[in-house]
Amino acid sequence: MSNTVGTEACLDTKALDEILGSIPDVGGDDLVPILQQVQKAYGYLPKPILMTVSERTGIAAARIFGVATFYEQFHLEPHGRHTVRCCRGTACHVRGGPGIIEAIKQALGVEPGETTEDMRFTFETVACLGTCFLAPVIMVNNDYFGNLNARKIKSILERYT
Amino acid sequence: MTELGIKRFSSLVELEGMREKLLNSRSASAKSIHVCTGPGCVAKGSFKLYEIFCAAVEGAGSDVQVQAKCVGCHGFCERGPIVVIEPGGIFYQRVEEPDVAEIFRETVLGGRVVERLLYEDPNTGKKVEKANEIPFYKVQERIALSGNGLLDPTEISDYIAEGGYTALAKVLSPMTPEEVISEVELSGLRGRGGGGFPTGRKWRSCRQAEGSPKYVICNGDEGDPGAFMDRCIMEGNPHSVIEGMLIGAYAIGSEHGYIYVRNEYPLSVERLKNAVAQAKELGLVGETILGSSFSFDIRINRGGGAFVCGESTALMASLEGRPGEPRAKYVHTVESGFRGKPTNLNNVETWANIPHIINRGGKWFAGIGTEKSKGTKVFSLVGNVVNTGLVEVPMGITMRRIIDEIGGGIRDGKRFKAVQTGGPSGGCIPAEHLDARVDFEELTKLGSMMGSGGMIVMDEETCMVRVAKYFTDFLQKESCGKCTPCREGLAQMLYILDRITDGEGQVGDIERLEELGGLLEGTALCALGKTAANPVISTIRYFRDEYDAHILDGRCPAKECRGLFRYEIDPEACNGCGICLKNCPADAITGEKKVPHVINQEKCTLCGTCWEKCPFTAVLKV
Ligand SMILES: Cc1cc2nc3c(=O)[nH]c(=O)nc-3n(C[C@H](O)[C@H](O)[C@H](O)COP(=O)(O)O)c2cc1C
Ligand code: FES
Repeated sequence: MSNTVGTEACLDTKALDEILGSIPDVGGDDLVPILQQVQKAYGYLPKPILMTVSERTGIAAARIFGVATFYEQFHLEPHGRHTVRCCRGTACHVRGGPGIIEAIKQALGVEPGETTEDMRFTFETVACLGTCFLAPVIMVNNDYFGNLNARKIKSILERYT
Repeated sequence: MTELGIKRFSSLVELEGMREKLLNSRSASAKSIHVCTGPGCVAKGSFKLYEIFCAAVEGAGSDVQVQAKCVGCHGFCERGPIVVIEPGGIFYQRVEEPDVAEIFRETVLGGRVVERLLYEDPNTGKKVEKANEIPFYKVQERIALSGNGLLDPTEISDYIAEGGYTALAKVLSPMTPEEVISEVELSGLRGRGGGGFPTGRKWRSCRQAEGSPKYVICNGDEGDPGAFMDRCIMEGNPHSVIEGMLIGAYAIGSEHGYIYVRNEYPLSVERLKNAVAQAKELGLVGETILGSSFSFDIRINRGGGAFVCGESTALMASLEGRPGEPRAKYVHTVESGFRGKPTNLNNVETWANIPHIINRGGKWFAGIGTEKSKGTKVFSLVGNVVNTGLVEVPMGITMRRIIDEIGGGIRDGKRFKAVQTGGPSGGCIPAEHLDARVDFEELTKLGSMMGSGGMIVMDEETCMVRVAKYFTDFLQKESCGKCTPCREGLAQMLYILDRITDGEGQVGDIERLEELGGLLEGTALCALGKTAANPVISTIRYFRDEYDAHILDGRCPAKECRGLFRYEIDPEACNGCGICLKNCPADAITGEKKVPHVINQEKCTLCGTCWEKCPFTAVLKV
């Protein structure tokens, strides 16, 4: 079946073998952790790999795709080199968060959920980064930037090439 | 651990023996440097501070008895990074890398205080040396957070030395499961995850439910925006949660536990995994715990990143590897939950209270708080308040004391407008109710709720219609879509709110919102939908005039909604520097140098650039 999916079919399944091999008695309960590990290994959830997961575990493809599209953390497309996550939480909202989202949109020219054409940045919004005392706050990869205003955005993004 | 000779405990006596040994070895190394590694301080670079302190300790040579350790969140995140030097509890705030050498030389080696890094009490202007003398801490009473700031969350020996796992030992030696449940019932503890359901009663139903195996779950999903207390407990004192779960499992008769942690909290996952592994190694988790017949295993699962997964049935669906859609609760989860088996789910903070209740007795716990809400509650105090951070207060304290005494009032000298509690489906409480006592019943009466403990303070420049729209937008995005009232109703409400904030509101819109809200409350499937209209209903209840101003006069009183206010230049304040003129993208500003400028209202696109750029705050919103 995997050769029907086109060019992506040549993706290496070695990482997947390791992931599935590390879980004893793989079953439906393990689906979320499997997808988390697949995404970590491949950077996203490649369709052919998901089909292979289905073949190997017996979990229906429909269920796998149902889960993969339900949760915000999973993405079926490759991500940019850096991920910008802007908080849209309440504490950030009342301290000027909407202006920050606007500024990032303008700087990158993409909407939340999208990746820039040069694959440099993926822009996401999250419900709360759990660092509300820094509001408004964004995260670029693993770095926090807090107490922001729209003017600071450009220079922050410039640090990531 | 191994150098202290700890191995698997096979009895209570061995655990006690180890505690004594640890305490004895402690007194020898007299000084210790506590570097806060809560999320606030970490974001401000505290791991780096810790490394530099460690290097300093190493460089000091073996004759200096001092140790540097990472500890969990102190709560005073506004003032991070925080470093405390023991003994003496010298509390340093806003510590930066260059300060480390001075602290080490002066305080650690020399026993002198570095004045410059102390907190200054804004009321008296005096420098304060110890945490408990700072107003932010004075009003607090710490139970669930008591280990934070004290313990190294990565070292089980630290937890044991401070009395950790004594409650488990107490439960396993003379108490029956029945007695444990009675103690928790006596304490009056109610769930800290939002609903406030009595914990003892939940345990009893689960114990009595037919079926096996039984499951015990810790809800660490913490989806409410503006809330981070569960995170700080999981990262600052993970063993307290594990010990609570062990006690619950013993009482309920369960051998399998899960902790479901929010995807955005990788450090929580790491700390919990590490803690479970250490507890397992010592025989505190796993088979025949402390040599008894009780066995309990814990698995850590990372959430998928969906708000609704914090709801109990959705969480269980997610644990089963399915989309996190809630189900109707005709059958309670204590009877049929995870994998269709009896399941007891409690929130992180609920679990963290349990060891204290067992150690100090249900009666002691019930002595704190109000008639129906016992103990303390942790809140994350955020928004437009001076001291943001984590606070733990006895139930029944007034909102005013939390905001004014602990929070230090509103930022930038502005006026208070409302405080939002209860997460996205909570409500906004206005100034006239600031003296209300914080407990489950009182907050519900005011049209809000306890929720999981987010407390977001809003100042006079916050538009309440926009706040309502913000929450509706949030919930509409997070609605799982399974039931129609929630999926369609929220979309309609958002549509109406959008038009109001765009200045196109129609007479009757308020009534339409109220009607939709009533519909949701009555017909939605899960609590997300049932309470989703709360933010709209509570803002209409207290701030109807703001809605009216938008709809009837096309005016936004807080001057936040674009198009519903104008920018003007105050000729008194403007000195004609020309900065606004240069920056205006619409060429709407005219004026000669050194003469007050004017905005052409016809041309102005209300972008706000002039307002942001003016160095003399001469641009006004009117
Ligand atoms: C939409 C929704 C989201 C929820 N999110 C959380 C959450 O993030 N954390 C939590 O502990 N409880 C959350 N709850 C409450 C749980 O359903 C459940 O009542 C609680 O975890 C039970 O634990 P407790 O009795 O110790 O409070 C949520 C409920 C709803 C309806
Ligand atoms: S609301 Fe933005 S980090 Fe919590």
